[in-house]
Order: sequence, then structure tokens, then C-alpha cells
Amino acid sequence: MTNIVVLVKQVPDTYSERKLAETDHTLDRESADAVLDEINERAVEEALKIKEAGEGEVTVLCVGPDRATDAIRKALSMGADKAIHVSDEALHGSDILATAKVIAAAIGKVEGVDLVIAGNESSDGGAGAVPALLAELLGMPQLTYAHHVSVEGSAIKVDRETADEGITHLEANLPAVVSVTEKINEPRYPSFKGIMAAKKKPVETLTVADLGLDAGEVGLDNAWSTVSEAAPKPPRTAGEKVEDDGDGGTKIAEYLVGQKLI
Amino acid sequence: MPAERLLPSTEAEDLLALTREIARDELAPRADEYEQAERFPREQFRLLGKSGLLGLPYAERWGGGDVPYEVYLQVLEEIASAWMSVGVGLSVHTMSCFALAFYGTDEQRDRWLPDLLGGDLLGAYALSETHAGSDAAALSTRAVRDGDEYVVNGTKAWITHGGKADFYTTMVRTSPAGSKGISCLLVAADTPGLSAATPERKMGMTASTTSQMIFSDARVPTDRLLGEEGAGLRIALDSLASGRLGIAACAVGLAQAALDEAVRYATERTQFGKSIIDFQGVEFLLADMAAAVESSRATYLEAARRKDRGLPFARQASIAKLVATDSAMKVTTDAVQVLGGAGYTKDFPVERYMREAKVPQIFEGTNQIQRMVIAKELRNA
Ligand SMILES: Cc1cc2nc3c(=O)[nH]c(=O)nc-3n(C[C@H](O)[C@H](O)[C@H](O)COP(=O)(O)OP(=O)(O)OC[C@H]3O[C@@H](n4cnc5c(N)ncnc54)[C@H](O)[C@@H]3O)c2cc1C
Ligand SMILES: Cc1cc2nc3c(=O)[nH]c(=O)nc-3n(C[C@H](O)[C@H](O)[C@H](O)COP(=O)(O)OP(=O)(O)OC[C@H]3O[C@@H](n4cnc5c(N)ncnc54)[C@H](O)[C@@H]3O)c2cc1C
Repeated sequence: MTNIVVLVKQVPDTYSERKLAETDHTLDRESADAVLDEINERAVEEALKIKEAGEGEVTVLCVGPDRATDAIRKALSMGADKAIHVSDEALHGSDILATAKVIAAAIGKVEGVDLVIAGNESSDGGAGAVPALLAELLGMPQLTYAHHVSVEGSAIKVDRETADEGITHLEANLPAVVSVTEKINEPRYPSFKGIMAAKKKPVETLTVADLGLDAGEVGLDNAWSTVSEAAPKPPRTAGEKVEDDGDGGTKIAEYLVGQKLI
Repeated sequence: MPAERLLPSTEAEDLLALTREIARDELAPRADEYEQAERFPREQFRLLGKSGLLGLPYAERWGGGDVPYEVYLQVLEEIASAWMSVGVGLSVHTMSCFALAFYGTDEQRDRWLPDLLGGDLLGAYALSETHAGSDAAALSTRAVRDGDEYVVNGTKAWITHGGKADFYTTMVRTSPAGSKGISCLLVAADTPGLSAATPERKMGMTASTTSQMIFSDARVPTDRLLGEEGAGLRIALDSLASGRLGIAACAVGLAQAALDEAVRYATERTQFGKSIIDFQGVEFLLADMAAAVESSRATYLEAARRKDRGLPFARQASIAKLVATDSAMKVTTDAVQVLGGAGYTKDFPVERYMREAKVPQIFEGTNQIQRMVIAKELRNA
């Protein structure tokens, strides 16, 4: 029986326009449709596959505002068994350190965790650092960039795929933290039956105090780094047209040399 | 602008979110290619089945979703908005389950309904014949009892999913007694003596097959008779009253897709140094299109809420079908106008929408027949 915790984050839908709040440069989460991050759908899918291959229980864990319940329900309707939702006004603007601390404390509430599965990097404020911080805080080995995962007895095997190094095979003893890539799987759609079943699954809602943490350790005011300024991406410029009068190739090469690209 | 919906529950919201996700990621991107290739989207129906969308308005006891029509129709609308042939197919499948769900005995329902609603099977509804279209009661496909089987002979026409479906809810003549001589059989696709003719070559909805089904000494077990002998026409018309709501919802989805495309184009296209949406002549056209879409939606939802409460809804369903399909025809035609020359090419989807909008004015009772249904109620009131 593998006891799995999947870390899920609600993010602004990449299909809608995303904005930063004028005042504190945190993500304006109200301005866009919020969805379960796709990378986390993949993390849930992987957990469900491990569960279905043997035996197990899948708990989803989410740190986020009240409306993150929508993302949690999505994970439950896919087939996760239960959820923990850490929601607290004090968390607004938390940095990666605080987020990781909160997640670690919440994982402490789940008995006998064998495996923590996270996304490599989230699609909103993606620092790509939460899983690493968490592994450190929990004292668990971390297996990153997983594009294939298998649990064998008390060990976990991961194919790690990166652009630079190709594929590396990793193995660790459980419990461990795994972070998965976009390529790991195709997440299933929930079914209508799953949606109905999700309604009855337990969701435990916790505050920072419930986790034994101090509000002074989290939130925007206590972040170790701040965003001091933000500017929208400059619009794309028209580019340069090269007329081909038989010497188009040469002109392109000259242009690339001029840009120090070749 | 996506349709703004008031839904009765969180589950309904999640269901619509799931539907939109499937529509956006799995249906919309393939519609054009399949329509051009006249390829039947069987895999897409399987996905809908796996997601529990092929039995939504039926009882949970037999594997249905137990959702009200108010919700089911909005699911249908979203699917039709992404791909009309799949939306109409879902509506036809749902209608083809109606006879068993409401006129079958418990024994029949226990035996077949879970399969019909389970998602693996696809249904068809066979009422029309070449000489019996609007005048459905004139149908002549004969079923003669021979021991514990009916021997069926004749040709059903215009059957959506003909040759692709797994079962055919079929109206046959069991006695010469006019409208009282019609009965309803649940015919399995692999019935010996049943075959499909070459599909019709249609103006639109080309990914959906429409063909004649030929019964040639086809032997159908008598335990597949739904309702009493002679109750067939009532069952057929009852199925259609609900089915029409489905067609209304599909028409609204199609019109919404055309409106969205027209607004997108009008915002981007400039002439005389302005976006064309800034010309009042175009802006008013778009506003009228939006008014047609939203009032049609309100009309079918009103009929659905009556049905969900067990109130009579036949007139309202006919009004919804009439209004929504005529609106869809107008809105899709105007969408082509908004896109100008581009709208007339196959590089944009609106010419296809316009072709697809024509047939909802014709099937499941032409819009002339809807007027007759409405007028009959006025006369009898
Ligand atoms: C406008 C803006 C300002 C920011 N300012 C700061 C700042 O001043 N200082 C600073 O350090 N950081 C800042 N951040 C980063 C922000 O704090 C992080 O986005 C946040 O802490 C979560 O980390 P992440 O999304 O980068 O996680 P990642 O490490 O990219 O996420 C990887 C995985 O970890 C898990 N995970 C991450 N967050 C959660 C969660 N809340 N609940 C459950 N699982 C989760 C998921 O599985 C996710 O796929 C800012 C971000 C934005 C958008
Ligand atoms: C793509 C497609 C799919 C179809 N799918 C199915 C299916 O799955 N199952 C099925 O059983 N049938 C199906 N049909 C058949 C459809 O329901 C009939 O085409 C429709 O009922 C009209 O019948 P008809 O074509 O014979 O036209 P007719 O009845 O011949 O009508 C011709 C014209 O006369 C008008 N008219 C007829 N009677 C009157 C009257 N009394 N007063 C005023 N006007 C009148 C009609 O409105 C129409 O304009 C489908 C048709 C199409 C085109």
C-alpha cells in the first residue's frame, strides 16, 4: 500500500490573460479563470497509476485561497481519495520558503507518507523550487524531472529527462519526493461519476495556526525576496524583411553574423 | 465570449467545466478535418461515453447521470458549439434511449439500459421513411409476428448513425390500423437481415452518417418490443418532444460558435482605418446575433425547466426548436457576412456553420411541423 501525497496548485488558466496586481506585484488571481495547474493534473495521474497498479491512497494537498477548492475538487473527481486544503489570509504573498514550510507541516499531518509527487515547476509564478525545499525540510531524497516513475517494494525508480543530460536512471528508498515533467503522462479526464463521487470525499481545511506555524513566518511581509517592479512584455516588433534577389542566403548569413549569432 | 450560465449546483458547474475541456481539447481541433474527410467521429463518442456523457438525463439506477434536462442540454450546447455533428449525435443517442427508459419494463431496462447508457454503445432512432417524413404515421415498414420473433421488412430513411450505431430504436407497422398500428422495437445492429445503404451525400454535418436502414426478413425477438403493440407512434412523438429540446440546444451552441468567430474577426479586421466592429453597421449586426443566441438559450432552458418539474412542455419544446434553429440559420448567415469574402472560404469555419445550421430546421419535425404543434395547442386551449 503506497501512501501518496500529491501537491496541487491552482493557477490562472493559461487560456486567459494573466496580470499582476498593481499594488504589491503578486499575481492577480481574481482577474483570470483559476484552474488546477496542468502539471499537477499529471502529478495526480501518476499517483493514480501507482495506486491502480497496486494498492494505495492518494491525498491531494493544496495551499491556496478559498477558491482553490475548485482545483481540489478537480483532483478528487479524477480519482484522488481525499484532500488537505491549507487556506489562510496570512498566506497571501508567501514566497517559496514559506510555501514549502507550510506544505512540509501539512504533510506532517498525513500518517505514514511514502511518496510526495509534485510538478516540476508551476505555470504561474513558477520558481521550480518548492519540491527541492520540501525534500530538504522533510529529510527525504528528491528525484527531479521525472518522465517515468515506478514503485517497486520500498524503492522508487525514476527516469529523469533533461535537455542537457538526456535520460538518467534514479533510484531511492521511500519515502521520497518526486517532481514530474510535462512529458510524464496524459492526464485522464474526470468522469461525471467521478464528479459526483468527489462531492463525498473528505477535504480537511487547515489554517497556519492549525499547522503549528506562526503567521509571522509566512505572507508577503515576511518574504525573503520581493518583486520591486514589473513590466509587461514589450510588443513584438515587425522584424526585418530580406528581399531575395538571388543573394537571399548571403544576406541572411550577414544578418546573423551582425547579431553575433553565427 | 463564452456563454454565461446559471447552473443549479457545484456538480453541474464541474460537469460543464469537464465538457468545455473536452470540447476545447478533443473536439474543436478535429472538427474541420473530420467534416472535410467525411469521417465518423466514433472515438470521440467513446470518449464522451467514458466520461459519462452518453446517459446524462437518465436514472442512476441504470447507469444514467440523473441530471436534469436544464443541465444536460447545456452540456449538449457546449459540445455542439465545438462540433455540431457530435452534439447532434449525442442528442440522437440520448433520444434513442428514451423509449427503453420510459416505456420498457423493469426486466427490459435491467437487461439493456445499462449498456445503452454505459458509454460503449451508440444509438440511432429510426422513424422516417422515404414516403413518410412529416407524415410519420404513414410509415409502412412491416413487422409480422412469427413465434417469438418479429419478421421485419421495409426501409427506414434518413437514419442518423445509420450503419454506425449499435442499436436502432425502430418504429414499425404491426397492424394496418393507421397511427394505432405502429410499434416500437429495440433492434440490435447485428440483427440478421438488417443492413445500411450507402450514406446520403449531405450539404453539411458530413462527419455524421445519415443512411437508409434496410430490413430484409430481419428477425427481431418479441421481447424487444418496447411498450404495447400499437403504442409506437406515441412513444415516437414522446421521444421527439424531448429530442427537440436537444436540437434547440445544439442550434444555440452552433450559433454561439458563429457569433464568437464573427466577433473575433470583426475585432481584428480593419477597413477604412478602423476595426470593422467599430462601424455601427457591423456592431448592430453582432448585437442582433448575440440577442438571437441568448434569447434562444433562454427559450430552451424555460422549456427544460418545465420538463424537469414534470409540467407539460411540448409547446415550449416546439417553440424552442423553432426559435433556436431559425436563429441559428440567421446568425450563421450573418457570421459569413461579417467575415466578408473570408467567410465564404473554407479557411474559416463560418461557411460550414451556415451549412450545418440548415438541417436543424428540417429534422426532428420541420419548422412547419413545429408551427402545427404550437398552433394545435392554441386551438385546443
Ligand atoms: C507576482 C509574483 C511575485 C512573487 N514574489 C515572490 C517573492 O517576492 N519572493 C519569492 O521567493 N517568491 C516570489 N514569488 C514566487 C511565489 O511565491 C511562488 O510562486 C510560490 O511560493 C509557489 O511556488 P512556485 O509556484 O514557484 O512552485 P514551484 O516550485 O514552481 O512548483 C512546483 C510544484 O510544487 C507544488 N506547489 C507549489 N506551490 C504549491 C501550493 N501553493 N500548494 C500545493 N502545491 C504547491 C506543485 O506541485 C507545483 O507543481 C512570486 C510569484 C509571483 C507570481
Ligand atoms: C441529416 C438528417 C438526419 C436525419 N435523421 C433522422 C433520424 O435519425 N431518424 C429519423 O427517423 N429521421 C431522420 N431524419 C428525417 C427527418 O426527420 C425528415 O427529413 C423530416 O421529418 C422531414 O421529412 P421529409 O424529408 O420527408 O420532408 P417532407 O415531409 O416531404 O416535407 C417537405 C416540405 O413540406 C413541408 N410540409 C410537409 N407537411 C406539411 C404540412 N402539413 N404543412 C406545412 N408544411 C408541410 C415540410 O415542412 C417541408 O418543408 C433526418 C433528416 C436529415 C436531413
